[in-house]
Amino acid sequence: MILSVEELEFLYRNRKILHKVAFSIEEGEIVAILGPNGVGKTTLLKCLNKILRPKGGAVHLDGNNLFNLGTMEIARLVGYVPQRVETGRLTAFDAVLLGRRPHIKWDVTEKDLQIVDSIFKLLSMEKLRLAYIDEMSGGELQKVAIARSLVQEPKVLLLDEPTSSLDMKNQVEILAIIRQIVLEHRIAAIMTMHDLNQALRYADRFIFLKGGKVHSCGGAEVITPKVIEEVYGLPVIIGEIAGMRCVVPGSPEVALAHNQ
Amino acid sequence: MHFAKGAVPEDYLVYIRRKYFWIMGGIIFLFIMLIYSISVGAVTIPPYEVLQTITGHSVSTKWNLIIWNIRLPQALAAIVAGAGLSVAGVAMQSILRNPIASPFTLGISNAGAFGAAVSVVVLGTGKVQSTVANAVIINNPYLTTIVALFFCLLATGVILLISSIRGASPEVMVLAGVALSSIFTAGTAFLQYFADDTQLAAVVFWTFGDVGRVNWLELKIMAGVVLFAIIYFIANCWNYNAIDAGDETAKGLGVNVERIRLTGMVIAAFVSAVLVAFLGVIGFVGLVCPHMVRRVIGDDQRYLIPGSALFGGILLLASDTAARLIISPYVLPVSILTAFMGAPVFIYLLLKGYKR
Repeated sequence: MILSVEELEFLYRNRKILHKVAFSIEEGEIVAILGPNGVGKTTLLKCLNKILRPKGGAVHLDGNNLFNLGTMEIARLVGYVPQRVETGRLTAFDAVLLGRRPHIKWDVTEKDLQIVDSIFKLLSMEKLRLAYIDEMSGGELQKVAIARSLVQEPKVLLLDEPTSSLDMKNQVEILAIIRQIVLEHRIAAIMTMHDLNQALRYADRFIFLKGGKVHSCGGAEVITPKVIEEVYGLPVIIGEIAGMRCVVPGSPEVALAHNQ
Repeated sequence: MHFAKGAVPEDYLVYIRRKYFWIMGGIIFLFIMLIYSISVGAVTIPPYEVLQTITGHSVSTKWNLIIWNIRLPQALAAIVAGAGLSVAGVAMQSILRNPIASPFTLGISNAGAFGAAVSVVVLGTGKVQSTVANAVIINNPYLTTIVALFFCLLATGVILLISSIRGASPEVMVLAGVALSSIFTAGTAFLQYFADDTQLAAVVFWTFGDVGRVNWLELKIMAGVVLFAIIYFIANCWNYNAIDAGDETAKGLGVNVERIRLTGMVIAAFVSAVLVAFLGVIGFVGLVCPHMVRRVIGDDQRYLIPGSALFGGILLLASDTAARLIISPYVLPVSILTAFMGAPVFIYLLLKGYKR
């Protein structure tokens, strides 16, 4: 077990946003945090690396309680990719180099530059090295943000809706890259997601949040029409297309009526 | 997780080297500009003799007098003030995430002008004296400076207080600055309305920022403050890069965003306050210099901060030299010329877009 979250509590102006959230994640695993808008998915993610300060609970990483570490120390262990990144007149190489911030003492070293270069090769974006990020497409920018979190050399990667602004091809590409890196480098990734089908394809485990609590948690078996209806308040049908499980909104009666 | 299969890419090193060349070129240009600025004026001193004099090899007592007492302190004051205002501007633009942030946006300059007006009108430190240059002399410049500094720091304090109550968000700081700016402008107008002719002239004279009014001691104080600020901001360039990438990204990288924002704000505001108090209001440099440098060198704070300081010094020195020459033997206050010099260049750069 690489990361375990215990009894996490978060208050915003005395309103309870997260209530006794607990789960754990193994090396080489991707966990999808699912649930409707405003349920606290992003809040949960931000509590894990202390971007927000939780009221109670603990996050253990390799046996250390993260909440006892300084922000720089956490940044050397946990990478974070927010939903929105700002651009500027900066090359992709420099933007990714920024991810070495937690490791830089005075100035960048040869090693920092080598690590950045190897990430560009890993994500096959060598051609983008000297491109300015304010001239990039959404997909390219998202790759830069992910590359930036990877050069932190983290043990756990937190991604807040990594595919929300991307087209279908870029979505698949980004998630496949994350999948590959998590497996090859034996790290763990936690991402918030809206698309249940993508979660089914790329995540190993699923956490449904409802009312600030974990509604259900586990492998693909927890994704059932009953759970989804309870969490999202929407009836769904789960079927198979070419051997892959798929979730579509609707109930069997509606589908029947539609086909006639 | 470990990556080390990479190499240092050659094209990136070339790209970085180009930025260093710009900065080195700037330093050389600043030095040449300094010699030129000292050499020209009502009396022209040959550049070689300027060089000899400032390196301690006296050529003639007359040259010594002109250079050490008048032209060198004025030229150095221009460099120090330009560098200080520009570095304060670039820091505020990053901290407040706002391209129009500068010592003016936060009302610091207006607070200084109000302080000077209080000193002249209420405390009676103003009086007019006709000299060759037709200048107005404030008969107790130290009191005026101290009162101006007090109000600059008061404005800074109020902004920081408001932002500590409402959280140090960029919007709150900028809006608080705009509000304060209006209050001080109204206050100055009120005092001016009730001032007599002499006082009015003294207040208006004070607000024309002029680098010719400092002595060596004042210059040393300003240089110390500006140098400290430049070193602080350069040492924090990675933190500013992180904040530019978004608050959440910065926090994810372990940067204490609120603390960096507050400390940076205090230092930038203090530098502006000291410069405004000693020199009066010098507009435009703090706002536009950083943007000019961005167009050439990009947004990477590692080069933007030193580049802005350097170019601020160059721009103000060039403006001041022009201000001394343009209707010689009369000497214009540099503040009248900064916008005339900088604005056309700035608009040209805006139209041309970024340098690739």
